[in-house]
Amino acid sequence: MGSALAQAPAAPPPTGASAPATGASAAPLPPGSPLLGRPDTEAAKKLAPIAPPPLPTAADKLPLDKLKLKSGFKIELYAAGVPNARTLRLGDKGTVFVSSRVQDKIHAIVEKDGKREIKVIASGLHRPNGIALHKGTLYIAELYQISKIDNIEANLDNPPKPTLILGDLPKDEAHGWKYLTVGPDEKLYFQIGAPCNICMPSERHAKIYRVGLDGKGLEVYATGIRQIVGMDWHPTLKQLYFSENARDWMSEDMPEDKLNRVTNPGKDNFGFPYCHQGNFTDPEFGWGHSCSEFTKPLVLLGPHAAALGLKFYTGNGFGSEYRNAIFLARHGSWNRSVKFGGDVVAVKLNGNGTVRSIEPFITGFIQNNNYVGRPVDLLPMKDGSMLVSDDYNGAIYRVTRNGHVAQK
Amino acid sequence: MPGGAAGRRARRSLRLGHGQSRARMCAVIAAAILGAIATAAAASSLEERLAPCLACHGENGQSGNPEIPSLGAQTAPYLLIQIFLFRERLRAVEIMNDAVRGFSDDDLNAFAEAIAKLPAPRPAPQGDPVQLERGRVLVHRYRCSFCHNGDLSGRDNVPRIAGQREDFLVKTLRAYKSNERAGYDASMADVMQPISDAEILDLAYFAARQP
Repeated sequence: MGSALAQAPAAPPPTGASAPATGASAAPLPPGSPLLGRPDTEAAKKLAPIAPPPLPTAADKLPLDKLKLKSGFKIELYAAGVPNARTLRLGDKGTVFVSSRVQDKIHAIVEKDGKREIKVIASGLHRPNGIALHKGTLYIAELYQISKIDNIEANLDNPPKPTLILGDLPKDEAHGWKYLTVGPDEKLYFQIGAPCNICMPSERHAKIYRVGLDGKGLEVYATGIRQIVGMDWHPTLKQLYFSENARDWMSEDMPEDKLNRVTNPGKDNFGFPYCHQGNFTDPEFGWGHSCSEFTKPLVLLGPHAAALGLKFYTGNGFGSEYRNAIFLARHGSWNRSVKFGGDVVAVKLNGNGTVRSIEPFITGFIQNNNYVGRPVDLLPMKDGSMLVSDDYNGAIYRVTRNGHVAQK
Repeated sequence: MPGGAAGRRARRSLRLGHGQSRARMCAVIAAAILGAIATAAAASSLEERLAPCLACHGENGQSGNPEIPSLGAQTAPYLLIQIFLFRERLRAVEIMNDAVRGFSDDDLNAFAEAIAKLPAPRPAPQGDPVQLERGRVLVHRYRCSFCHNGDLSGRDNVPRIAGQREDFLVKTLRAYKSNERAGYDASMADVMQPISDAEILDLAYFAARQP
């Protein structure tokens, strides 16, 4: 592992590792103690969620020259001016769909006569972070409902309003935005996050659900999950992998975000709010529990890293080394004095789906402890390239191996 | 001065408006000025275009109108986000949505920069030391000062709350807690989750009295 990995977690601790390498030496204070407040160091005073600027960055101001890739790979601009670009999805006819979280629109990017055109295909939506394409239909998960537009690629210039298929989801803003994916069973999968940093969630919250494409047959798929902004399906094992963001305000270094896998649908409980990172109990909610009660993470992804989008790469364009590896975007921390993440890592798996290694793939989104961009989601393309969304700049980049793409 | 039909309507409204609240009146004046500027043949200066804003929010960064925020020394990135949300109707406040309709991206930036240069509002007069102390402890406990700065002056996308109108702070904190105000991102909904209404009153009391 090269020096570029300096900011990535060291070798991933094995599942069920004993005490984490880093941690608080003093006993945690009870919640609500005034002593839990701001420490007196200048660095620690500057912790705040980083809001993406509302207006996209101009193409010539994007940080492409700051981004470093693994040797042999190249990154270039794919599209600028896509406000708050979040989830990426690909239509059968080659349209790239882009969601947003803090704005109300979904965009489509089409290539026509060698030029890319960006179109608004839906607006007036409330935090439409989750989108999925399946058999020509665009599914949209807003904060509290899921809707669809059939045959979307034939209607990009005059798309009909989305049709509601599942309503009445909780309206909590905190962790209310969704990630949406379609499973091998042709059902929609989404989460209802915990409506807090740390709290005892209601029966409805902190779970992954699945529901038929018609919005019928809602059922719980997994529990004990704080918040997810990335899920994908193992190409051969057909199991759901997802990134989970851990709680804040406990420590600079703990707990770490997780990469999880559902192996017991309907039964897996990933521990929130009782157990963090699979190996220690919450200082408030963990009493009376043991982490052995819960499903362990596959690998830890770093403190406050904000692990978001992940995609299995099943193409040939990046070489056999990356075939069936997971690419995962770490949006980057805010609740940490020295920012962590701000990169795309490659997670290579063993034949049984456990993690063999994790290594940096794109770095450089953090410069001098400030963000110059923040990666959100990834999209492997049919030509072997891979797109990366950046919600901070409202831009999409394209990664190729040596600039080569397969002929269409 | 406002001119034309809109201005005449506004002046008539003012004469008739003895029973109206000051906030209602300021909205009428602002609408009149907006109308006058919109109908002006030549492009107006930034100063002229700011006039309707200041009619309600206060000439010197200090609002005298109930539940209308003071804007003095507010951070430019926060102001840009809010004006953007008003333009896109992602934050629904009718008069504000109307006021910035048709603004270009450059307009949004120019207004944010100009408003941020207004002087900081004067804090509310010092009051009950017991409630102030409760508020001070809560600011510490809920880590308001991590993001809003130790003196609550704000930075970047995190707004200044020092010296803000107490009634506006109470209204805003309640709206974040109830999810009525979605915010740009959901940071404040998350923060407000464990905070009680009594604590909201103490927090607003304290913040309104910080210089």
